[in-house]
Amino acid sequence: MIIIRNRIIFFVISALLALGALGALFTYGLQAGTDFTGGSLAEVRYEGARPETSMLTKQLESAGFHGFSLRESGDNGYTLRAATLTDEQRGNLASILSSETSVANISQLSEVGPTIGVELRNKAYVAVGLVLLCILLFIAFAFRKVSKPISSWVYGLIALVTLGFDVLIPLGFFAVLGHYVGVQVDTLFVTAILTILGFSIHDTIVVFDRTRENLRINEEKGRREDFAETTGRSINQTFVRSINTSLTVFLTLVALYILGPVSTEYFALTLLVGIIAGTYSSIFLATPLLVVVERWRANK
Amino acid sequence: MANKRFLAFIIFIFGAALGWYIFNGQMAGLHPFKLGLDLSGGTQLVYRADLSAIPDADASDSMEALRDTIERRVNLFGVAEPIVQTQKAGAFAGEPEERLLIELPGVTDTQRAIALIGETPVLEFRMLRENAEIPENASTSTIAAAFEDAAITGKHLESAQLQFQGGPGMANEPVVVLNFNTEGAEIFERMTRENVGRYFGIFLDGQPISVPVIREAIPGGTAVISGGFAPDEAKELARNLNYGALPVPIELISTQTVAGTLGDEAVRDGIFAGLVGVGAVALFMLLWYRLPGLIASLALLIYIIVTLALFQVIPVTLTAAGIAAFILSIGMAVDANVLIFERMREELASGKSTHDAIQEGFARAWLSIRDSNISSMITAVILFWFGTSLIKGFALVFGLGVLVSMLTAISVSRTFLLALGVNAKGSFSKFLFGSGTRI
Repeated sequence: MIIIRNRIIFFVISALLALGALGALFTYGLQAGTDFTGGSLAEVRYEGARPETSMLTKQLESAGFHGFSLRESGDNGYTLRAATLTDEQRGNLASILSSETSVANISQLSEVGPTIGVELRNKAYVAVGLVLLCILLFIAFAFRKVSKPISSWVYGLIALVTLGFDVLIPLGFFAVLGHYVGVQVDTLFVTAILTILGFSIHDTIVVFDRTRENLRINEEKGRREDFAETTGRSINQTFVRSINTSLTVFLTLVALYILGPVSTEYFALTLLVGIIAGTYSSIFLATPLLVVVERWRANK
Repeated sequence: MANKRFLAFIIFIFGAALGWYIFNGQMAGLHPFKLGLDLSGGTQLVYRADLSAIPDADASDSMEALRDTIERRVNLFGVAEPIVQTQKAGAFAGEPEERLLIELPGVTDTQRAIALIGETPVLEFRMLRENAEIPENASTSTIAAAFEDAAITGKHLESAQLQFQGGPGMANEPVVVLNFNTEGAEIFERMTRENVGRYFGIFLDGQPISVPVIREAIPGGTAVISGGFAPDEAKELARNLNYGALPVPIELISTQTVAGTLGDEAVRDGIFAGLVGVGAVALFMLLWYRLPGLIASLALLIYIIVTLALFQVIPVTLTAAGIAAFILSIGMAVDANVLIFERMREELASGKSTHDAIQEGFARAWLSIRDSNISSMITAVILFWFGTSLIKGFALVFGLGVLVSMLTAISVSRTFLLALGVNAKGSFSKFLFGSGTRI
């Protein structure tokens, strides 16, 4: 009940978080990765100490590379981002990135043509839209028997609002990371966002499901209860399980982030941020919004 | 209850046997886990096929022919388990196109991989336009201006062979004889009959190698290229054409190479992260939900065994993203148990017997479990559609995990719980079925 009674406070917190994320998104923007922009990305490792950046930059320039970026990665490697390579550049890449004392091993190289990039980007937008639409339809369908005091479409729409919040937070987070650490947004990031959409709806469904059940029991017993009261009770009853279901996923993701493969490091981080946002929003945003809509309808 | 105990026993035996089966399958190499390129090391190349010269109706035939040719070529070089696939793509970039995806496990030098594919010659036939002259310097534009596409294409070629041909008083000259397939033979005969007196160009990799005049209809489906070859040149050309001339030109649009060492590291880290993740989840379940938590951990173990077995048997190609999905699914697999146990606790608190509380807990949590898993399945399906091959690995593992975990978290843990037959009347069994910080 504390949550419903103090919903204004949580609305303010949620709004501040969302505005912060939006602000970061508009100020910094996301750093689109090679997957989306086209171009090439190489991971290089050295047996011994890595050569100086300035030296490699000179060697790259004389090999005809323009507008590339060379960043240190790990203890003894570099990440090179550049335009699509010519045959010659590709063939000599290892020697261009080597010095007399340290030999470069190319551990990963990917090149993406511009059409593939554009296609993937458009597909990502469509995929996110499609997931949102399907979830809206599904919730409206699953809750179709609950029409009093508010229609099942409202449950679906509110679920969408909280999903928007769950996605906005990691987007803002990665805008900040992109600006300060140069982290780029790639296909895996989009995968993480889609996974967040699918997962963070779980907790919202659990709370809504309990509200649905409590409304039914009230009706069966002919009990009159304020809607805010019913929803508040539902949150209290499901609070522990919302936290615990997220906690188990949180535990595995922390393991994946800290110990897992380098290639899925930021993927795990995106999921972590999204799942924290999702748990928060399903408890502190979804049901309070339900109450607001109900009040607003009642006053009309 | 005796039934339930027997069933629980069967599940245990089944789990152990399956576990042994996976282990043995991996170790003896009978049906090992299939690793994607990012884990096993290798190169993926994506080519765009230029079908502008091919009528739409023949597009899919030409793509098939292209795939077969490249496949032959790749097999020739002894690459183990290569994948060559055609794809329709590009609709989302506004220009649909046909693509060829080639995966070469173990080839970790991009340039070598490209060379491997690139050595395949492109064979084309073109007819000199009426009133046009053979251009002196052959460039793409002059050729396009002077020649038009002929009815016959490279995909009609069946084989090529080296022969020596000479006229009276002339030294024997090496020539390459092209043999067309049945369809090609018909087309070739009709084409030559209808175009007597015109010039017919044979192009290799965009360059005209021979532009003879058609003197009469040629039946039998053979054509001779006499391009003033040196014997070795002609021999090589015939060989290359036999291994496969590409029916349509292709253009490289994407490459991805991962070194084997990086893949090994990813596998090792992934397994370690997975083990720690399982341990953390099991520990949490045990500490918070006590006896039911232990049961959930056992069900989780069975989930892991069943899923891994499915990965081997289907087989699912595992990528780094797929491993991440599996680890994520471990955390999600116990979600159903959390919902059920919380519900059980409520039922116990309302004064029901343990047996009834277990039954009710499962029955009432079902709706939430079903609804939330459906939303995950929706995501998995859309992800599968969205993804490149690496992401498809994620989607497949994720979807499979959701389905299997629904089975294990509900049926398996329920069988185990009921098989225990605990009656929570005594304070000790109340403690066992309690949760959280309450004693």
